[in-house]
Amino acid sequence: MRDIVFGQYVQQKSIIHLMDPRAKLIFLVAYIVLIFCTFNFYALAVPVILAVVMMLLSKVSIGKYLKSLKMIIVVVIITAIFNLFYGGGQVFLKIGPISITEGGINNSIVIVLRILCLLIASETLTFTTTPTDLTDGIERLLKPLKLLHIKVHEIAMMMTIALRFVPTLLEETDKIMLAQKARGADMDSGGIVKRAKALVPIFIPLFVSAIRRAMDLAMAMECRCYHGGEGRTRMKTLRFSRVDVFGFILFSFVTAGIILLDIFLPHIVR
Amino acid sequence: MNFISVENLSFKYDSDGEKLIETSVIKNLNLRVNQGEFLCILGHNGSGKSTLAKHFNGMLLPCGGKVYVDGMDTADEKLCFDIRSTVGLVLQNPDNQLVASVVEEDIAFGPENLGVPSAEIRERVENALKAVDMYDYRNHAPHKLSGGQKQRIAIAGIIAMEPKCIVLDEPTAMLDPRGRNEVISTITKLNREYGITVVLITHYMDEAVKADRVVVMDNGEILTQGTPQQVFAQVDLLKSHCLDVPQATEICHKLKKLGVDIKTLPLDENSCVDVLMEVLR
Repeated sequence: MRDIVFGQYVQQKSIIHLMDPRAKLIFLVAYIVLIFCTFNFYALAVPVILAVVMMLLSKVSIGKYLKSLKMIIVVVIITAIFNLFYGGGQVFLKIGPISITEGGINNSIVIVLRILCLLIASETLTFTTTPTDLTDGIERLLKPLKLLHIKVHEIAMMMTIALRFVPTLLEETDKIMLAQKARGADMDSGGIVKRAKALVPIFIPLFVSAIRRAMDLAMAMECRCYHGGEGRTRMKTLRFSRVDVFGFILFSFVTAGIILLDIFLPHIVR
Repeated sequence: MNFISVENLSFKYDSDGEKLIETSVIKNLNLRVNQGEFLCILGHNGSGKSTLAKHFNGMLLPCGGKVYVDGMDTADEKLCFDIRSTVGLVLQNPDNQLVASVVEEDIAFGPENLGVPSAEIRERVENALKAVDMYDYRNHAPHKLSGGQKQRIAIAGIIAMEPKCIVLDEPTAMLDPRGRNEVISTITKLNREYGITVVLITHYMDEAVKADRVVVMDNGEILTQGTPQQVFAQVDLLKSHCLDVPQATEICHKLKKLGVDIKTLPLDENSCVDVLMEVLR
């Protein structure tokens, strides 16, 4: 249970670590949009190169990236195979109703590259940003939604508290499991139904204790004068730095490049 | 000078329709807490001491009587945040009091709620961390600290609001002996060096010995009060209400009953040794 690393922050001193979480979040969203706006391989090459550059700049070991890719590799392969049979253009191979076409091959290459880029980009964000910075960034970026009566501060506070209690509750789960095992609970044998049933005596005490903790926490927060987001100040103020400005400039060039490549070079057969 | 004054306080929990059960937790209680003193409230489980603690900062409001904090009536809703930042309450379980996943951000939580400017929060957080000797841990994750350290962080979180008084509700109940020592010496330091009024609620007699004044509660009423010396001299009274006295006191009390000539009952090991040496000489 302990092996689950939440948020997966990797401490390093890199340019990307120095960037403002808001800038990183904006870049991520813009990047995702961009990957899906590429219509030929030249345009797609730009985000791919950018992904590799980000990976190197973040100073996080490539092994960490590969490890996370391992979990999703099956999904990637399955999507690639499905896309292979879907598309138009010249037919290469025909077995009964199924045919592999030029468009199909193009499609699967594009989809694999897109998924990989997507993954690397989001990994770069979580590897280089602490969970607290991340929630902070999200809170500040979503502030305009307050006008729509969406409780941005409350959502961010819930995320902060959830992150804080993940390790505590994992520890508790371990303890409850040991306690139930010590009393003869069998959790490692039997079919799926039996195993699922064996989890009930773990989850019930866990829920009870989580609710109790929540009540305690609410009391402690009230004791510390918590009264929602209104009139609240922050110790850490986020400020855009030169790195972020540089990032914005670079990113605009990349966007312009992709659009130009899309316009002036022929689109691939889909 | 009276800092907190409790006047004819009584309190009942809602009894969910089971009207037969008498749920009066505090009955007609009068108590004064002086500025700068170290007051200890003793009592066994269910004696109403935690309920009393929650009245000191307006977490609970009196059913009858009044509680004044620094001249402010706790029943006045407009003063709620003034009262809570004047009297900080530290709870029993250190795990459930910490909000953020980085120590310094957790300590900043209180001042952030009070709307203190950023630069000043930074300053307050550093001072609070230094006051509880946890400055080196400012960037740690709370779940990696020991129980005693977590409780000191919880205390620092209260200190950062710059309260005049801290109320601690059994802060050592869930800690090991080492953690207990850390917390108690931190509390003593805050009282002696920073002049913060301390109300310590506990059922460990050894902790009460360090206080300026001890109040013993039983069944929602004050059983007896005075200096630790005066209170623990009443060994039989405490025993009859299922309360212990410090070990050193008990030994000497028993010897005294057996006819050994002991004039003043000692409160801790060192003075116990002195007393026994005196007798043996």
